[in-house]
Amino acid sequence: MEQVLQQLINGISLGSIYALIALGYTMVYGIINLINFAHGDIYMIGAYVGYAVTRFLGLGFVPALLISMATCSILGILIEKVAYKPLRNASRISALITAIAVSLFLQYTMMYFVKPDTRTFPDVLSSNKISILGGKALLDTKNIYIILITIVLMLLLQYVVLKTKIGKAMRAVALDKDVAQLMGVDINRIISFTFAIGSALAGAAGVLVGVYYNTINPLMGTVPGLKAFVAAVLGGIGLIPGAVFGGFFLGMVETLVSAYGGSIFKDAVAFGILIIVLLIKPSGLLGKTVKEKV
Amino acid sequence: MLELSNVNVYYGPIHAVKNISLKIEEGEIVTLIGANGAGKSTTLKSISGLEKCEAGEIKFRGENIHSLTPTNIVKLGISYVPEGRRIFSKMTVMENLEMGAYTRKDKKGVKEDFEKIFSLFPRLKERKEQIAGTLSGGEQQMLAIGRGLMSRPQLLLLDEPSMGLAPIIVKEIFSIIENINKEGISILLVEQNANMALKVSDRAYIIRNGEIELEGKSKEMLEDERVKKAYLEG
Ligand SMILES: Nc1ncnc2c1ncn2[C@@H]1O[C@H](COP(=O)(O)OP(=O)(O)O)[C@@H](O)[C@H]1O
Ligand SMILES: [Mg+2]
Repeated sequence: MEQVLQQLINGISLGSIYALIALGYTMVYGIINLINFAHGDIYMIGAYVGYAVTRFLGLGFVPALLISMATCSILGILIEKVAYKPLRNASRISALITAIAVSLFLQYTMMYFVKPDTRTFPDVLSSNKISILGGKALLDTKNIYIILITIVLMLLLQYVVLKTKIGKAMRAVALDKDVAQLMGVDINRIISFTFAIGSALAGAAGVLVGVYYNTINPLMGTVPGLKAFVAAVLGGIGLIPGAVFGGFFLGMVETLVSAYGGSIFKDAVAFGILIIVLLIKPSGLLGKTVKEKV
Repeated sequence: MLELSNVNVYYGPIHAVKNISLKIEEGEIVTLIGANGAGKSTTLKSISGLEKCEAGEIKFRGENIHSLTPTNIVKLGISYVPEGRRIFSKMTVMENLEMGAYTRKDKKGVKEDFEKIFSLFPRLKERKEQIAGTLSGGEQQMLAIGRGLMSRPQLLLLDEPSMGLAPIIVKEIFSIIENINKEGISILLVEQNANMALKVSDRAYIIRNGEIELEGKSKEMLEDERVKKAYLEG
């Protein structure tokens, strides 16, 4: 029982990371129907920005988080403008191939500058173990930080998407581009904004991972990027609540499989679930019941 | 107010609108009628900037608008209510209306206009917070028109507002169109329901295979043998 609790806490933390990354995938897909395979690498760059800010500038965790989010959002806007915008009317496969190329470009450019070695992330968050439930489980303060920050970011996102003018325009563009344009919405501005928000969330995830797992490297974006993509599809691609649900679900499943089945199976189980969901409910687990699409 | 001179629109090799010229004066209701595929929607799309007019001129109050973006055309005072309603189905009624006011900065005026729309369409007021996709066809059409009005247009382009609606609702929609016109908004009404359209409008154009076939006063068109035979019977 103690162990289950402990694993659940770890699962939620891992799930937070997946959910933050998955949100970017799903929002971009909702707006321009593109699977942005470079998204995982934006997360990697977010981790490096956090690393640089804490190690070389000596700043703390919160500034690192904010600077990383800002940098990634600019990077996201640039990538869209340079790589994807010229392909707006091209076939989907051209855009997809380009996304993979951007991903490789980011990985190997980073590798050139920061070297392929794994680096140790500075210890910017004190890690205190708190025993909860009468000593049945240990809660690391780092877990609390990750979960809290994820929740705050998700609430903020929810506020922006549901309540602000630009958020409403985003939903309108996702639903009907032509008509949104007829209302006077500048589609390019909304697409840039979507990339900015999605990339900022990935940047935050990068810093959180650096803090939580302590090590970063230029290829660290590949597997979590793929997993977050799986999470987005599991929940229903294009659906914001779907990405959150898919992220937590996947994090939980992976953690439990590693704990009880052996960690070599965890990826197989993740992709196995993806295949089963795609066979049974291709629109994703929340695909029909939740109608909000961004 | 609006003048199209020799407008041509292409979809790749398809020449959908051929040398169309038409005119709307201040305060008029002008109707453009024609069969399915005649080029009615394409004409409206070229006015609103959704499709490019390859050759010819579109002037609104003396200003050339055929190279402007849809956003700038809305800001000038032309609003296009598209065919098939095209409301934002997963957003609420209120959010749809807010989207209609997207280009406006005068918060107070926008608020007043919400009330105006609700007095024009009381049924929308009751359903303010409802998801638009759950409205009936007639209500969705009202919402589409209300959304179009939220930009405070001087010219309203209506694309087949009666499509797929029960006769009694069609009547209601047409009487609302007349009311909107009485408020001083000029209207270009595209319809397949020629009978109703000719009854509410001042002048009419008949379009066929992308070309204007006939134009004149609506009253006279209602009596015209050729029009009767092709568009009013059956
Ligand atoms: N997006 C499009 N791509 C290619 N052809 C189109 C497109 N839209 C309309 N058309 C063609 O242009 C012609 C005019 O269409 P449209 O303006 O929609 O007619 P209407 O509104 O009078 O029914 C038709 O032959 C139609 O098939
Ligand atoms: Mg049409």
